[in-house]
Amino acid sequence: MLGLIGKKLGMTQRFEAGGTFVPVTVIEAGPCTVVQVRTRDRDGYDALQIGFGQRREKNLTKAVRGHMAKAGRANFATLLEFRLTEPSEYQVGQDVKLDALFRVGDSVDVTGTSKGKGFQGVMKRHHFSGHKATHGTHESFRGPGSVGCRSYPGRIFKGKRMDGHMGQARRTTQNLAVVEVRPDENLILIRGAVPGATGDQVLVHPSVKRKTVRRPAAQGA
Amino acid sequence: MDVIKALNAEQIRSDIPDFRPGDTLRVHARIVEGDKERVQVFEGVCIRRSRGAIRSTFTVRKNSYGVGVERTFPLHSPRIDKIEVKSLGEVRRSRLFYLRDLSGKAARIKERKIKV
Repeated sequence: MLGLIGKKLGMTQRFEAGGTFVPVTVIEAGPCTVVQVRTRDRDGYDALQIGFGQRREKNLTKAVRGHMAKAGRANFATLLEFRLTEPSEYQVGQDVKLDALFRVGDSVDVTGTSKGKGFQGVMKRHHFSGHKATHGTHESFRGPGSVGCRSYPGRIFKGKRMDGHMGQARRTTQNLAVVEVRPDENLILIRGAVPGATGDQVLVHPSVKRKTVRRPAAQGA
Repeated sequence: MDVIKALNAEQIRSDIPDFRPGDTLRVHARIVEGDKERVQVFEGVCIRRSRGAIRSTFTVRKNSYGVGVERTFPLHSPRIDKIEVKSLGEVRRSRLFYLRDLSGKAARIKERKIKV
């Protein structure tokens, strides 16, 4: 499914019509330009390559510049491909805007790079309980406890949750509701939090698990 | 950040009167009962104002048949029909939680005179 690349602008809260106060993440999404249409005949798969943002010309190789120039506009910061069943509906150079994909009430997934937390212990990283604060606990309050068995199996099982690097990984938050869409300003307001820091690049795409049913009455408020 | 400020500015109400903790307020709150909507007045002393742009709230305390009742309203909520400032109060702190331990005569608040 086609999604849009955007920039996370931060969070705030909005009053809805009934007076409920909902937390929203504001994302400047799109417009994304179609840079290349990949077809099964030529490339072996059907997909759409889109570009977003701006990058200085000196930071792009000549080859990439030439590739982007085919879309009529140059120097995108990011190029991404989306697998589509019918990419031929789009043409190279065409802009994909918010209102073409999302409406109020839709369910979306947002993918981004989570904030880096550095090296973290098991309590923060895996929500372990730690140990008792009193009753004679000695030198171990936030440790993982036992990590294995005895001479059988004589090793620690693979995948054992331990301390280590946390965050700064590609993460997706699923099934977030679209609260507001503003195609003129390229803004989409999504209920709840999304991965990444303010200013980070995120990917907004229709929910994988909850399919959006287009109601005839749905419109941008 | 400016986009967020602009978004907030759209919903920030300009019809809110100027009031402080210690002032007695009449808050006209819209209540939805079933499919009917009516306005309910909550009258009491403002004991706290929490600032935070669109997230601003204020707390009103009143005594209802011997029971202290406190209600916190989002300042910019569309559920608030209007706020009337009934009287001004002279107080020496911003959070009047000490009123919770007082009742009757002791819970009175001196009137604030507007300096000319």
